[in-house]
Amino acid sequence: METKSISRRDLLKSTGVLIVGFSFFGSAARVLAQGEGLSVDGMDPTVLDSWLAISKDGTVTVFTGKVELGTGVVTALAQIVAEELDVSFNKVYMDSGDTDKVVDQGVTAAARTVERGGVQLRQASAAARQELLKLASARLDSPVDKLTVTDGVVSVVGNSARKIAYGDLLGGKRFNIKIVAAGIGWDMKVAPEVPAKNSKDYKIVGKSIPRVDLPEKFTGEFVYSQDASVPGMLHGRVVRPATSISAPAGIDESSIQNIPGEVKIVREGTFVGVVAETEWAAIQAARTLKVTWSEPTLKMPSGPDEVFDYLKNTKSFKDNVIVNRGNLDAALSNAQKKYEATYYWPFQLHGMMGPPCALADVRGDKATIWTGTQGPFRTRDSIARMLNIPPKNVHLLYREGSGSYGRLETDDVAEDAALMSRAVGKPVRVQWMREDEHAWDPKGPAQLQTVRAGVDAQGKVIAWDFMDRSFPWSESDANPMLASSQIGMKPAGAGFLNGAGGGGQIYTFENQKVLAADIPWVQQGQWPLRTSNLRAPGDLGRVFASESTMDEIAADQHADPLQFRLRYLTSDKRISEILVATAKKAGWTDRPSPAPASTGTKALGRGIAVANRANTMTAAVAEIEVDKTTGDVTVKKITLGHDCGLIVNPDGLKNQIEGNVLQAVSRALLEEVKFDKTGQKNLDWDSYPVIRFEQIPDVEIVLIDRPEMQPLGGGEPSIVPVTAAIANAIFDATGARMRQVPFTPQRVLSALKA
Amino acid sequence: MARISLKVNGKSRVVDADPNTPLLYVLRDNLALHGPRFGCGLGQCGACTVLVDGSTMRSCMLPASAAENKNVTTLEGLGSVAHPHAIQAAFVEEQAAQCGYCMNGMVMGAKALLDKNPHPTVADIKRSLNSYICRCGTHLRVIRAIQRVANASVKA
Repeated sequence: METKSISRRDLLKSTGVLIVGFSFFGSAARVLAQGEGLSVDGMDPTVLDSWLAISKDGTVTVFTGKVELGTGVVTALAQIVAEELDVSFNKVYMDSGDTDKVVDQGVTAAARTVERGGVQLRQASAAARQELLKLASARLDSPVDKLTVTDGVVSVVGNSARKIAYGDLLGGKRFNIKIVAAGIGWDMKVAPEVPAKNSKDYKIVGKSIPRVDLPEKFTGEFVYSQDASVPGMLHGRVVRPATSISAPAGIDESSIQNIPGEVKIVREGTFVGVVAETEWAAIQAARTLKVTWSEPTLKMPSGPDEVFDYLKNTKSFKDNVIVNRGNLDAALSNAQKKYEATYYWPFQLHGMMGPPCALADVRGDKATIWTGTQGPFRTRDSIARMLNIPPKNVHLLYREGSGSYGRLETDDVAEDAALMSRAVGKPVRVQWMREDEHAWDPKGPAQLQTVRAGVDAQGKVIAWDFMDRSFPWSESDANPMLASSQIGMKPAGAGFLNGAGGGGQIYTFENQKVLAADIPWVQQGQWPLRTSNLRAPGDLGRVFASESTMDEIAADQHADPLQFRLRYLTSDKRISEILVATAKKAGWTDRPSPAPASTGTKALGRGIAVANRANTMTAAVAEIEVDKTTGDVTVKKITLGHDCGLIVNPDGLKNQIEGNVLQAVSRALLEEVKFDKTGQKNLDWDSYPVIRFEQIPDVEIVLIDRPEMQPLGGGEPSIVPVTAAIANAIFDATGARMRQVPFTPQRVLSALKA
Repeated sequence: MARISLKVNGKSRVVDADPNTPLLYVLRDNLALHGPRFGCGLGQCGACTVLVDGSTMRSCMLPASAAENKNVTTLEGLGSVAHPHAIQAAFVEEQAAQCGYCMNGMVMGAKALLDKNPHPTVADIKRSLNSYICRCGTHLRVIRAIQRVANASVKA
């Protein structure tokens, strides 16, 4: 890895081509100087030079706080910039996630990067284009409205000999203009008054441009956070108790005396780590070190049932009211028939393939961190707080890690590395072991949903009462991460809600209440299992419950499940359109569920579900087979419909959808964190199985592109409707209604007997 | 510590390491070959896969000393961005990755499969790669990439 780091000041002084340590477009990108000086919150967003630079050869360097998480989003962002500036795609270089060089655009998460960050970069680019045209107008002595741009060359309409390239207009120099930028992070509005290109004229946005990061990922040349290294670097490993916070009552230093080379034990608060000269020595030392842990200050629940009872019986401290319409109680008491059920969603892991890894070099009151965080500024600030130094003194350089699906918003390992580097006074690389990650991953929280619905004499749904009960995220923005907690830092609050959605609010019923309740942990600020945002947080469970209920009523009313949904799906044209388009692609024919009973041991079924996540509309049709003797469910095919407004990169979007569908099938059929009073039981891939090649379904995708709209999220919405579609397909095949995830053979068999 | 003589990607390499060190760490830390990756250290996920005398091995479980006098091939040994192997080129064509962390295993697994069976069926591919985990869910693209290589070799 190129470790030379270039300060903003060096950049400002320079006028020529520089080599920077890393960019998405190769290890030696050409970059020019930018920016107005580093503020506490990153670069000043009201300075155009903070966002992008144009070199003499016309290369555009974009400085962005958004980071590539493996979803291809940085390629999509580069397309947006190239489009708006009218330069070819391969002239755009993305310099991403370096806290000394970029504007803080908030965390990369929640499938909001194109929707929010993309629009910020588009508007900054539009402002840059406007300024370039102004400069060209003077140079070419022609009014701006008589100018046109082709691949970074401005020419006079009707006289293409009169032309000048961006590189000649500005190359090597700063724009030196201010732009409007209001708000912070995701919500920042950048140059909103500058007109952007009409989507009808798009040539680069909307194309399946191959991802810039992929070729190196197939050859070993790509530099992941796991590959970061600097001369003199040592290797660290963490030593943590099984799952609950305990204090090291005693450490037997002699237990590691046979490990070759020098091994240091780092102990601070309840934090224990080992640092060694080689990675293997650090691993052996962490495994061998005898630590006597005190009784945990917090007892684990006896198992999932205790957690669900707790969720059911504990008063919430916050209710998020999503819909409250009509008179629900009256409607329920007048209903001709009532439906009532409880649905259960387990704790699940993010399950990163590569345990997180960071390299930290803490020297005096300064720190340099290389890490895979989803929030470069969040991690920078958190490390500054932990080390008690100003945020400006922490220089964080983003290096992509393994796909994280929300997990690396809580970039624990960067704190571990910083703590150990400070203790030994040398750069330390720390990677978690598999069991560290399985145990300490801040999991997607368990959820319990109750649904009550009522229909009138004509079978019309007149009452809908939905309640989601879930734990907040113990790891969220204001709360300290793991090492910080271990050295005594206290949480600032209870944590964010597990997503903000409810269930069934996509439908319009006369009397309707949709609530999401935030249930406090037994002891606020401590946790039997850590929790955080897991891809499309909470929506899988909520949609599983609400779409299963819709299916149950439809079946009871002998109605086709698609037609039944359409009766109430009146609030938004896009959602009914995606549902119908998906059903059509899947070859849906109208009939009620369940399917006519099969005679053999295997039964085929189909199921449908629809969802709206952050205004991206998705629908799924599942085709499955159930072995009635074993309870095994085979998902044969998922047809997934997706409308996220304007599509920036169709193949990139399809890649995301395929991945979301397979991850959803995995979570629906296989995944559950198991625990008892002694701790978590699944600490490897054998005990926490995820989907493998022989279990994958075929995936067919329906995209609705809406160029007249803004781009919306594509990274996670398609995971949402799949579980419900599978559950409804199991009902269609067997008449058995699944109410608890995962749909293990045992649970399917019990549902068949019920 | 001991001197371990290895033959990696056709070159003789000598490293000083504890002979019990799993080959993975020797490749990554002593030889700066970052193709093989640490995923689990338990042989469960396949991210660390290398070829030893042409057969796939989980380098996280294999003591470096056990690889002495054998031919070790890593992802880097197949090709580079400038000169990709046909399998690597096919993975790019199919855009067969998201984060790419598991891709070392997928490409090495595909290499071992295609060496033995140049025209695998989809079922063959699934069976052969079933011990490799991809959390991003790029399985369908990986299958298409391997089929692409197989189809190209039919035409050739």
